[in-house]
Amino acid sequence: MNYGPLLFLGILFTLASSWFGLVVMPNQQLGSLQPNMDTNTGVVFPQPLPGEAAQGRELYRSLGCNYCHTQQVRREGFGSDIARGWGKRGSVARDYIYDRPVFLGSSRTGPDLTNIGERQPSYEWHYSHLYNPQTTSKGSIMPPYAFLFELRRVGPDGPSTNAVKLGGEFAPEPGWEVHPKPEAKQLVEYLRSLRSSVALPEAPLPKLE
Amino acid sequence: MAALSPWDSNLGQSNRAQLAEIDASCRGSVLLFFLSGMLWLLAGTVLALLASYKLHAPGFLGDAAWLTFGRIRTAHLNAVIYGFSAEVAVGVILWLMCRLCRVPLMAQSLINSAAVLWNIGLVIGIVGILAGDTTGVEYLELPKYCTPILFLSFALIAVWTIVIFRFRREKHLYVSQWYILAAVLWFPWLYSTAQLLLVMDPARGAVQAAVNWWYGHNVLGLWFTPVGLASIYYFLPKVIGRPIHSYYLSVLGFWTLALFYNWNGFHHLVGGPFPAWMITISIVASVMMIIPVVATAINHHFTMIGHFGKLKYSPTLRFIVFGAMSYTVSSLQGVLSAVRWFSETAHFTHHTVAHAHWGMYAFFTMTMFGSMYYILPRITQREWPSERLISLHFWCTAVGIILYVAPLSWGGWLQGKAMLDAQIPFLEVVKVTLPYLKLRTVTGVILAVGHVAFFANICWLLVRTFGPYRQPEPMILAGVQPQTAPVGK
Repeated sequence: MNYGPLLFLGILFTLASSWFGLVVMPNQQLGSLQPNMDTNTGVVFPQPLPGEAAQGRELYRSLGCNYCHTQQVRREGFGSDIARGWGKRGSVARDYIYDRPVFLGSSRTGPDLTNIGERQPSYEWHYSHLYNPQTTSKGSIMPPYAFLFELRRVGPDGPSTNAVKLGGEFAPEPGWEVHPKPEAKQLVEYLRSLRSSVALPEAPLPKLE
Repeated sequence: MAALSPWDSNLGQSNRAQLAEIDASCRGSVLLFFLSGMLWLLAGTVLALLASYKLHAPGFLGDAAWLTFGRIRTAHLNAVIYGFSAEVAVGVILWLMCRLCRVPLMAQSLINSAAVLWNIGLVIGIVGILAGDTTGVEYLELPKYCTPILFLSFALIAVWTIVIFRFRREKHLYVSQWYILAAVLWFPWLYSTAQLLLVMDPARGAVQAAVNWWYGHNVLGLWFTPVGLASIYYFLPKVIGRPIHSYYLSVLGFWTLALFYNWNGFHHLVGGPFPAWMITISIVASVMMIIPVVATAINHHFTMIGHFGKLKYSPTLRFIVFGAMSYTVSSLQGVLSAVRWFSETAHFTHHTVAHAHWGMYAFFTMTMFGSMYYILPRITQREWPSERLISLHFWCTAVGIILYVAPLSWGGWLQGKAMLDAQIPFLEVVKVTLPYLKLRTVTGVILAVGHVAFFANICWLLVRTFGPYRQPEPMILAGVQPQTAPVGK
């Protein structure tokens, strides 16, 4: 192989092949998917995220949540995703059309979050868990996100209803209470928006037994 | 086939002078890439230790956003991939290319400015990641305000490597040159496509994940792997003093790697929301990787056979052989991981993390260490000051990385098995992984000791360059001069 031009062509051709096969072709097939409208109910899915949840998604990206949490449910019969309640149906490409970037994730150091909004709809649970995961999940290795919260003095009218309810070792000193910053609110709105209960033609929900 | 090897026992005096001239021309630029790469390695090691420790002590340094696991882990990855690995790779590429083409490095200031640009871009990028500006795309986290700088820098390097090649005086092309040319042509294509479709103007939905893993797999397979293999193909025959076993196996290995490796990316998406053909085609290509891997392994093994005794003497050989063996093991492990039944368990677990370190560290990093042991004394014309530090470096990194990847691969498998059983609560799955995560921190400390030893030895070597010139004598570790020269000229 002493002939330079042949070497060059071979090198360029090999990568061109996979560029065509693994970049251009998927873009052809999946790059122009549209949301689906259910003709019976008129429900359009998926929908772009509303403002606050969209801001929360930016925090999810910036804090690197996607390195420990996936957002993809493997189909029934391949893994235990559905049995664990991580989703009602397997994920399909159409679920992600509005996502920039897509958070499929590659590691489940923590559980999958595709359906976290349905599994944990409670604001209180999310605030407490984000402030310190040990409050709700003893033994978790998720880091605390206490920096998304602030300490405030208890006002003259007594404890605020907005404060995060923390008991035992996690409670702040007497006279103080923990309030979520706007960022914490956004992040929780995003997590609550994650649901996988809408059927798509290519991904129906399993029939109730 | 003797002429096909860079090694030639009958090198005349004029040839030696020519090589010395080439080495001298590479000195400044290659040193710049090596040294800044080493600083990134040290920074990356600190970040790695923090990230690893946080994974079993989640409250540690948890009070600030920039110190949170998701950012530290990402900063670690980018510091070692785009800082250490890429910069040392460029240093090795330049030196190998000049040597094999028999031309001195021209216009060093151009290459030096590429190095400076690369480092500036990367500092901005890593600070950006810690500040929260990550793109959120795996292996492409560097924010978009720094990636054009990196691309410009790499374009300079790639063009210059090709210019060196164009003006080669040696008409025969050696295997290492094929791999280097491929690497410098493939990487800019991969990087620019990925930047355009993921960061600058993202493709729609799931297509991003496809492009992401086309890039993510290929940045290892088509950029670092060819550089690692180029080094092994050069240094293995060079140090032991005999030609590569089979020219035909080299050809087979190169073209099958070129053909199959770049189709592998979607095995990272097994079980994901994609049409079956996409996943299947990558699994098939991944299994086909057995051909180049086994061809290369046989070729290297039969070159080495009968010369394993020389591992005692040559630091370069030790690291290179360790790297070559790890290449075989980690690639075959990769083939296994791509298959559906294995992926069902191992996907999404620490098994994948272990595999990545098997490839990037046990194979690539060790190979680069070996190359630096050979190149640095030649471009500085000084010998390594401390045999002890070399031994410390080798044993810490070799033992450290084995203790890292082997148990963590197993721990990841157990984690996957536990996760498959929906009756086991998730927090119990976490508990399964904890001993392996703790062991990983310990091995991280061992690796860090090795890195510091290496860096200290390099600094010492550089201090020596201010001293009087001494005829370099090859550093041998066992204190006995073997029969044939252990470090070929």
